[in-house]
Amino acid sequence: MFANFDFDVIGRSLGYLFFDGMTFTLTLTGLSALGGLIFGTLIALMRLSGLKLLGHVAGLYVDLMRSLPLVLVIFWFYFLVPYIGQWLTGSSRPIHVGAFASSLITFIMFEAAYFSEIMRAGIQSISRGQPAAAQALGLTYSQAMRYVVLPQAFRNMLPVLLTQTIVLFQDTSLVYVVSITDFLGAASKVAQRDGRLVEMYLFAAVVYFAISCIASFGVRRLQSRIAFVH
Amino acid sequence: MNYHWNWRIFFDPAPSGTGTYLDMLLSGLLLTIETAICAWIIALALGSVVGVLRTLPSKTASWVGFAHVEFFRNMPLLVQLFVWFFVLPEILPRAWGLWLKQMPHAPFYTAAIGIGLFMSARVAEQTRAGINSLPRGQKLAATALGLTTAQTYRYVLLPMAFRIMMPPLTSEFLATIKNTSVALTIGLIELTAEARAMQEFSFQVFEAFTAATVLYLLVNIVVVTAMRFLERAIAVPGYITGK
Repeated sequence: MFANFDFDVIGRSLGYLFFDGMTFTLTLTGLSALGGLIFGTLIALMRLSGLKLLGHVAGLYVDLMRSLPLVLVIFWFYFLVPYIGQWLTGSSRPIHVGAFASSLITFIMFEAAYFSEIMRAGIQSISRGQPAAAQALGLTYSQAMRYVVLPQAFRNMLPVLLTQTIVLFQDTSLVYVVSITDFLGAASKVAQRDGRLVEMYLFAAVVYFAISCIASFGVRRLQSRIAFVH
Repeated sequence: MNYHWNWRIFFDPAPSGTGTYLDMLLSGLLLTIETAICAWIIALALGSVVGVLRTLPSKTASWVGFAHVEFFRNMPLLVQLFVWFFVLPEILPRAWGLWLKQMPHAPFYTAAIGIGLFMSARVAEQTRAGINSLPRGQKLAATALGLTTAQTYRYVLLPMAFRIMMPPLTSEFLATIKNTSVALTIGLIELTAEARAMQEFSFQVFEAFTAATVLYLLVNIVVVTAMRFLERAIAVPGYITGK
């Protein structure tokens, strides 16, 4: 079964796979998680602000993003971002946006919807006495959020946020649909060039599996430690 | 913006020769729904079994369940589909591989089975959570009544667990529908692929994607509404979500 396997092709392309591909994947994952968390927290605060219009707009955005397949959202932003850039900069034609910037914007906007639901649950899990006490101490709304509610919400939700980041890490492989060279894109390019689909796709599967497994094992350990503190 | 909107494009004949662009998108929608339903049947059947395995007292059974979930959850769906579609026919014995490659509608079967297996890991986690959320007394009472383990699951645990699981299962079904779009990479011409094809033929990129977006939203609304009715119809009076 493995007789005509050419494992050498993996060794020959390791540099390309990891320095070009995996670097792209990990940078995209990290920055999207960070951006998604920041925007997600803002969206969650909008929804919990008690201002009807703001809450509705944020709710609509989250529902829209969560009902669409990521592949379609990637296509949307891939074509839309140059026009948004044109509108923002006032230039006469759609601006050119690089592969990395385009996919980063896509994933931040998409993940913000998912992170906002996690942060919303986190903020709601804080007992009402906490913001009330903050108010009694004379903290303003933003101070209460900044120093009292959000740090606790973030801490409580850390395992869920990290699990979502692992999902995000796997989802970044979908940039394949707009021919971007992430880890899977790199593997696929080598596979097509050398006619070695079997070896490259199996190798990609093993690498994704190993990274996700180790990461989720870490999250489980973290979760049990946090649970112990409580 | 120097983009030329043309909303009447949907009624222009598509170059594929099978009708208008709208027909194209609708046939994509149909394939999306068919694939999602087939994948969901696999995910629900296999996921329930694996979820039950994880709650059994037997160490082996729960380990098998654990391994299944970890295996299918820790690889991106896209990579799994590539492995089923490109790798599997090559590593099977020659005759089987040839049969797989020559099979008509290969992208459809690969997508249905691949997405079904991928989602089964998530359904299994929901099943396990559903069963574990039941009060311990239910299982103990069933044992005290002299029911076997199989009977306990069949008559006591599962009927309650599945009712509790309805809301998360609804989101998993929606996720299954959304995940069918990943199968465009192995040549399944579902809704997103049809929208992409329409964009390539007509250059009306935003109209095409808007139409696909609206269709996905409609499917979502229909599923959520139908599941809410189902939830209400099967609710146990006086219990959790009961009337």
